[in-house]
Amino acid sequence: MDDTQLSEALECLLFVSGEAVPVERLAEALEVDAERVLQALEAMRARSDGGLQVAAVAGGWMLCTRPQYAQYVTRLLRVQPQKLSRAALETLAIIAYRQPITGPEIEAVRGVSVDGVMGTLQARGLIREAGRKQAPGRPILYETTEEFLRYLGIKDLAELPQLEA
Amino acid sequence: MAYVVELDAFRGPLDLLLHLIQKNEVDIYDIPIARITDQYLAALKLMEALDIEVAGEFIVMAATLMEIKSRMLLPPAPKEYSEEEGPDPRAELVQMLEEYRRYQSAAELFRSRAEVWTRVFPRGGELPPEVAALVPDTELANLSVSTLVDALHQVLLEAEADHGVTAVQRERVTVRMQIAELWRRLNANPEGVSFRSLFTHPVTRVEVIAMFLAVLELLRLGRICVVQPHTFGDLRIQKVAAPTAPGDGGAAGTAVR
Repeated sequence: MDDTQLSEALECLLFVSGEAVPVERLAEALEVDAERVLQALEAMRARSDGGLQVAAVAGGWMLCTRPQYAQYVTRLLRVQPQKLSRAALETLAIIAYRQPITGPEIEAVRGVSVDGVMGTLQARGLIREAGRKQAPGRPILYETTEEFLRYLGIKDLAELPQLEA
Repeated sequence: MAYVVELDAFRGPLDLLLHLIQKNEVDIYDIPIARITDQYLAALKLMEALDIEVAGEFIVMAATLMEIKSRMLLPPAPKEYSEEEGPDPRAELVQMLEEYRRYQSAAELFRSRAEVWTRVFPRGGELPPEVAALVPDTELANLSVSTLVDALHQVLLEAEADHGVTAVQRERVTVRMQIAELWRRLNANPEGVSFRSLFTHPVTRVEVIAMFLAVLELLRLGRICVVQPHTFGDLRIQKVAAPTAPGDGGAAGTAVR
């Protein structure tokens, strides 16, 4: 299989998957070395032509539309992207960098109650419960989800932007 | 009916403090505590005036600020008791503000990244959950609430300058007066009057209410009947020829007596 065939085959696999697929599974299906698959994927990601793009998101690779054509996609699908409130984004940021973290710990940073926004974030599938802290009252711990990675378009938590010093 | 508007206003006391520090262009490590405290308290007052519920956390912060302010007014301890200067009363607050600010700017980064990524769609009819569960976005374009609150503050200050006094006249319309008026009209039009016509010429709210009560009162007394010839059509009010004969429903349609 030459490089052109490899990237075309990858395109097929990503198309039928519709969601993020780990490199290992792609390599397995293609019977090609994972290292080589990764290189091919990186090359595909670097391309800027076409309405579709290859992206590394939430622990895998996927084929998705380019943001600059979103207005047409949303009109066809009749949807309107919904933004998170700033309060919700702040809370999400604290959880992302400090996870697993309890509600009271988040409140200590924000200086304000977070009950409402926690509900929103959970309903959007961006955070989930992650057991309980071995501390008085055994408060619930929270962590971010795969959905959160997709939300920011990152592969894993290591890709989170650096916190300011 | 009271129209209740809830604003995300300031996302908490720390947010409000950072806003004030930014507005005053002062150093976060050397906060002019007296000035900032005054402005913080003024902002709380304004929020109360706006009927924005001031959460307990805001009050706690106000107390903290006043405590720091009073501690800074105390003369420093005499040298013989302490070799070094005591800790700055503001230190703890500054640390909190700094940490909060870090996450605030991270949230800002999240927002810009998410802005791009909510416009990226995977294949298929299945939408990402955050897109599927959507309601119209009501966020004001690029206006922050702080900008709005500042603007409103300005308007209120200007409005205060105008101390004009207006006398408000109380409207004197009673149900009794409206009954007399309705009765006069019914006498003038034996075939009945249209319900709608009772309210057509320019009337005040009080007049409308009194007239409606007058109709109800006369109905209750059995002096008039109301018929509706057509479904959803206008109502006709007619005098009842006393005493009423049973089964005399008047015109076709529904009659209320």
